[in-house]
Amino acid sequence: MGKKSSNQNVVRYNRWGYIFLIPFIAVYVVFQLVPLVTTIYNSFFENYRSGLTQVGPNFVGLANFVKIFQQGDILKYTGNTMIMWILGFVPQIIVSLVLGAWFSDPSLRLKGQRFFKTVIYLPNLIMASAFAMLFFTLFADSGPINSILMNIGLISKPYTFMSHIWSVRVLVAFMNFLMWFGNTTILLMAGMLGIDTSLFEAAQVDGATPTQIFFRITLPLLRPILIYVMITSLIGGLQMFDVPQILTNGSGDPVRSSMTLIMYLNKHLYSKNYGMGGALSVILFIITGILSLIVFKTTAQNKD
Amino acid sequence: MNKKILSLALATGMALSMGAAAFAEEAAEGKVLNIYCWNEEFKTRLTDHYPGYEVVDGTHGKIGDVDVVWNITPSDDNAYQNNLDETLLGQADAADDAKIDLFLVEADYALKYVDTDFTMPVADLGITEDELAQQYQYTKDIMTDSNGVLKGVSWQGCPGVLIYNREAAKEVLGSDDPDTVQEAVKDWDTFSATAAQMAEAGYKMTATVNDAYRVFSNNVSGQWVQDGKIVIDDNLMTWVDMSKAMVDAGQTTTAELWSDDWSKGFYPDGKVFCYFGPAWMINFSMAADVEGSIANLGGWGATVGPQGFFWGGTWIAAAAGTDNPTLVADIMRQLTTNEQIMTDIVKADSDFVNNKAAMEAAAEDDSYAFAVLGGQNPLAMFCAGAETIDLSNLSAYDQGCNEEFQAAMKNYFDGNADLDTALGQFYTAVEEKYPELTH
Repeated sequence: MGKKSSNQNVVRYNRWGYIFLIPFIAVYVVFQLVPLVTTIYNSFFENYRSGLTQVGPNFVGLANFVKIFQQGDILKYTGNTMIMWILGFVPQIIVSLVLGAWFSDPSLRLKGQRFFKTVIYLPNLIMASAFAMLFFTLFADSGPINSILMNIGLISKPYTFMSHIWSVRVLVAFMNFLMWFGNTTILLMAGMLGIDTSLFEAAQVDGATPTQIFFRITLPLLRPILIYVMITSLIGGLQMFDVPQILTNGSGDPVRSSMTLIMYLNKHLYSKNYGMGGALSVILFIITGILSLIVFKTTAQNKD
Repeated sequence: MNKKILSLALATGMALSMGAAAFAEEAAEGKVLNIYCWNEEFKTRLTDHYPGYEVVDGTHGKIGDVDVVWNITPSDDNAYQNNLDETLLGQADAADDAKIDLFLVEADYALKYVDTDFTMPVADLGITEDELAQQYQYTKDIMTDSNGVLKGVSWQGCPGVLIYNREAAKEVLGSDDPDTVQEAVKDWDTFSATAAQMAEAGYKMTATVNDAYRVFSNNVSGQWVQDGKIVIDDNLMTWVDMSKAMVDAGQTTTAELWSDDWSKGFYPDGKVFCYFGPAWMINFSMAADVEGSIANLGGWGATVGPQGFFWGGTWIAAAAGTDNPTLVADIMRQLTTNEQIMTDIVKADSDFVNNKAAMEAAAEDDSYAFAVLGGQNPLAMFCAGAETIDLSNLSAYDQGCNEEFQAAMKNYFDGNADLDTALGQFYTAVEEKYPELTH
């Protein structure tokens, strides 16, 4: 009898959980699930507008997917996106780890921590488009960076940053790095502060060097946070759009070498091409899924 | 439908006997005039020159008892057209006071709207061909649909000239006289030869390759799209070859128009020999009010250049389904056919107006000399240029094709791609914009 009533109590209590979940589910269904399903649905149709003339929607099966892979440009854009993401992510994670370790190390007694934590987070508060616009002006052919380089005699005539493949890619990566390393530092620092301090003390007592402590204690225990940072950054990286879009004025130049997947998607929206746009989104969805899985598997495999 | 025919009939009858009928007619028409445009220019013209226009606030005005509502969306990133397209597509279902009555278009995409039923023939508004006789033919060609029906009118003409740096002309060509300079830029071969001379003296011939693009693209021998296929005109390939040679020889750059790198030639230190532009560029875009600029010193000269061209201009179109046809017609009449108002626009706003008689009179009048040009009056050149522009080869795809062609060729000029790769990029980009096209 007593057991049964306690079961009922649990059920009754659980009900509140479901009620509290309703707002999230409702928002999720309206703004995530429905768009997701309609995107997949749209990807099987020819549906675009030329000028003011609407074409379709006509069911075309997998024709949109076939067309994307036949053109083959998607591989190039995936490559561009990954290159620019890695160029930005590698320095970002290294700098963040170092800064996080310093900030969370009580024995260093860093002064003005709060000030620096705010400062490194600040670039993230600027709108990405404004930030890209700023860099576009700074690195213009007759911009201040070129004037400085010429005045100190490093170069004799302006370097056309926007006309070289790698200078554009590095600039995009650098901006993403600047915007996100503060955020990553704070995440990693939170993870490091969550590690039991007795482990560090024990290691110190045993005579471990700071390097050993970092690699043998901090890093392994930080793994869950690291995985989280990697996956969110990867997804964010695949969706890279605003910075290269503004910096290259939507062209992804030179020769579309800095065109990311989402910029490619955006190109199809000029003609309201929901068919091709949908197909591309579905492919992007699958790529994101696979890459996240790989990251998750490789970083989590030592756990068991 | 009956209502529409009735109001059209009324409007036409109205047009024939303006005046007495006006009050009765206005009562039958809508109380709200919705105007779609992308900047303040037309609003300023209407405010300053349309009889009886009263300002209410930044986006509202009043003509008689009709409220004028301005819907201004900037052109950046195609926002203006996107907004206009959506509203036009919903025009049939919109309430009368929410319908677009009048909207503005630019030449690059005019046909996109003109060649549809969303724009109203000017003749249906009661405006006759005779009334438009003083307008330049090219301004009408742009607004004529594939059936030969005129769908819009403009108060501006924008024929362009070659604007040259007098200082550089004196130094390199020995004289800054327009005839001497014209001799050195009379066709593209001579132009290239002069570019080499300019480079030796440390001057760039043009600020960027895109300066001359328009001159070539206005003089093509066929449309961009023929039978659903993208066709690159020979004249544009001439531009590509000439530009590549000039970039390689350091005689010009690949900067974008309107960029800082483009406009630094407005100052003596920028060392640029010439720009291509119409009256509005000379007056408003070359930093004339900045101390030390060439324009401020009156250091530019104007000459006809290798080929005639135009740049810019705004056209007024009536949206099909408008409930204010009489008022729309009257706005078109006052601004684009009333010689007195048009002469006022020339005086007040330095526009080159779309009225042959007014402009030819101004060309003879020394009071119209441009300070920016060191006292030269270039209007005769503009008048002659406006007569020669031939725009029979426009298509609805021009905006997309021209933008993408210049963007793709920049890679070729910069040495990041060979010609075939750059052309490939052009085709890809255009087919993204217009999925129905092939090459």
